[in-house]
Amino acid sequence: MRHVISVLVQDHPRVLNRITGLFARRGFNLESLAVGTTHVPGLSRISLVVSGDDRTLEQVEKQLNRLIEVLKVTDHSEPHVERELALVKVHVAGVEERLAVKDIQEAFRARVVDVAQKSLILELTGDSKKIDSFIEALRPYGILEVMRTGAVAMSRGERTLKVREKREAV
Amino acid sequence: MKGSEALLKALEKEGVEVIFGHPGGAIMPVYDALYDSPIRHILVRHEQGGVHAATAYARASGRVGVVMATSGPGALNLVTGLADAYMDSTPVVAITGNVPRTLIGTDAFQEADVTGVTMPITKHNYLVQEVNDIPRVVREAFHIASTGRPGPVLIDLPKDVQLSEFTGSFDVELDLPGYKPTTKGHPKQIERALDALEQAERPILMVGGGAQHAHGELLAFAERTGIPVITTLMGLGAFPGNHPLWLGMPGMHGTVAANRAIHHADVILAIGLRFDDRVTGKVSRFAPHAHTIIHVDIDPAEIGKLVRTHIPIVGDARLVLKEMLKGAKPLRLASWWRELEEWRTRYPLRWKPRPHLQAPEVIRAFAEATGGHAIVTTGVGQHQMFAAQYFPVARPRSFITSGGLGAMGVGLPFAIGAKVARPEELVIDFDGDGSFQMTLQELATLVKYRLDVKVVILNNGYLGMVRQWQDLFHAKRYSEVYLADSNPDFARLAEAYGLKGIRVERKEDLMKGVEAVLSADGPVVAEFKVYHEEGVFPMIPAGGAAEDMILEHPAEREEVEA
Repeated sequence: MRHVISVLVQDHPRVLNRITGLFARRGFNLESLAVGTTHVPGLSRISLVVSGDDRTLEQVEKQLNRLIEVLKVTDHSEPHVERELALVKVHVAGVEERLAVKDIQEAFRARVVDVAQKSLILELTGDSKKIDSFIEALRPYGILEVMRTGAVAMSRGERTLKVREKREAV
Repeated sequence: MKGSEALLKALEKEGVEVIFGHPGGAIMPVYDALYDSPIRHILVRHEQGGVHAATAYARASGRVGVVMATSGPGALNLVTGLADAYMDSTPVVAITGNVPRTLIGTDAFQEADVTGVTMPITKHNYLVQEVNDIPRVVREAFHIASTGRPGPVLIDLPKDVQLSEFTGSFDVELDLPGYKPTTKGHPKQIERALDALEQAERPILMVGGGAQHAHGELLAFAERTGIPVITTLMGLGAFPGNHPLWLGMPGMHGTVAANRAIHHADVILAIGLRFDDRVTGKVSRFAPHAHTIIHVDIDPAEIGKLVRTHIPIVGDARLVLKEMLKGAKPLRLASWWRELEEWRTRYPLRWKPRPHLQAPEVIRAFAEATGGHAIVTTGVGQHQMFAAQYFPVARPRSFITSGGLGAMGVGLPFAIGAKVARPEELVIDFDGDGSFQMTLQELATLVKYRLDVKVVILNNGYLGMVRQWQDLFHAKRYSEVYLADSNPDFARLAEAYGLKGIRVERKEDLMKGVEAVLSADGPVVAEFKVYHEEGVFPMIPAGGAAEDMILEHPAEREEVEA
């Protein structure tokens, strides 16, 4: 089963190395990983997409928690918002294709971020399934490049990835 | 003050009295500062010897062991020892030099990415970039190494940082927001555990290395409840090896009584152990009748990792046992004990008598001569299992061996570390001819510091454990395990190092040999030439279960039905 996990870490050098190394040596299946800073200086937030059964997932969480620089781990099994950003460069041979691609772009509410004579770059955010469908829809026109960020996630409502009292909630 | 001096001062503040190590270019400023430091340094002949010695120092004393090495090759020579300390949850702090910051990443002379290399085999590691961070890093390293589930921590210190002027403070407060080990067991879970035990008909207590420091509470708990006790290889000594409640060691080379007890148990209380595959055999067939497994461990990740757990208790073995003692009652186990007693008397540990001198009888002779009052270290192989079987150590922190990693060559450096930690104790290293030759240069360390260690080499002329497996599982095709044609004369080798050398070849000279070793004034290397084709039994083949246990060589096999 696919799980999205959020991890709050101290943004020390090599912390990503520790996390990816952990997945590699324990044989956990890491599908994607996205990292960024938070509003608290010194803290970064990582979104991981992992597949495995409940037992594997339990170990993923426990092993992540063993890392000294990991402050909090959450499995987003509860209602959450999940987003991924994709940039797709698609080939457009002529006016006809350009119009057809524009239809797809509108249907998915994507944005055109670069226009060239024979190609377009489209930007789309959404959950991973939506991006999959978008790419499939564009495939017949000739996809030149795809760049996906991997999923990021956040719980809905009041739930937050809290650290301890002294620090500001993230 | 230079960074190098600040490092030593920070170590002093942690109570460090001794460092095992080997100098080199990138750690020279620290060695220079060491010249004026009250900290004692033990110069080993190879960094591997240093880290193993620091590990044994930690295990024998309950304190943090410290090892130091230079960059690149020096640091990389620590890898086996760090992995060993990691697998056996031992608090060790390793300090390595590194090339100056400006050269890091340039493939400079003697450069290696040591923090990268050691990431999977340390609990945590540091590359110190700022000289004023030294006291904080040292404080954190010792705290992380020695609390929660203990483990090795590495501090990598670039040479220019060692030489920089230190202007910081030694007054540092720990700030590790992501590190808060749970030490006190949950009261509700403890209550559930006691209830389960009270209703059990065939309970057992399994004890691992995580309970070495809980020996007093363990003994009290076992005696109060009357529960049978099994200690893993790492748990040997945590419960007295001469106690009537003790059934021995479980697993691949465990006793029939211990393995059968696990097989038939209905409730298992496991404390400070991690259900290693050498203990469980095939996990799906482990303890098939246990409806309740209570697992006490300080590392939450160990609970449920391999074996299903019904009552998880995250906490320190000593604190949990202390709580459990408050509610512990005598259990009604008369009929269970009758069964156990029968297995114990019907299938004691034994070896097949032969005209040759035999490894088990040598170890048994030392056990009897010392009454189990010695610190035993071992290498890895058959002799290690024989020592575990036939030398029932009486006290905690007295059986020091490489459990999880199974690293050959640990015996002699372990003995050095143990002797430095507890100089008043008799320290015996039971070693194999193969194992001993992996680190024998540390004989020089014994000589240099006049460490009174008794090295007992059980020389069968083979890599005995591999030979045994080839015998049993590879149709006696003894591929590359024969050593006797090229082994040195160990007694003369010892003499070349300036040690006393003893050699015993005949069965009738055994007692005289044991006496000579124990009465020798100072360190000794004693070679006992033992039967070359001895096997370690009982044995559960890898991946097997308690029912698959064999008592002797299949040529005269007697199956033990579980």
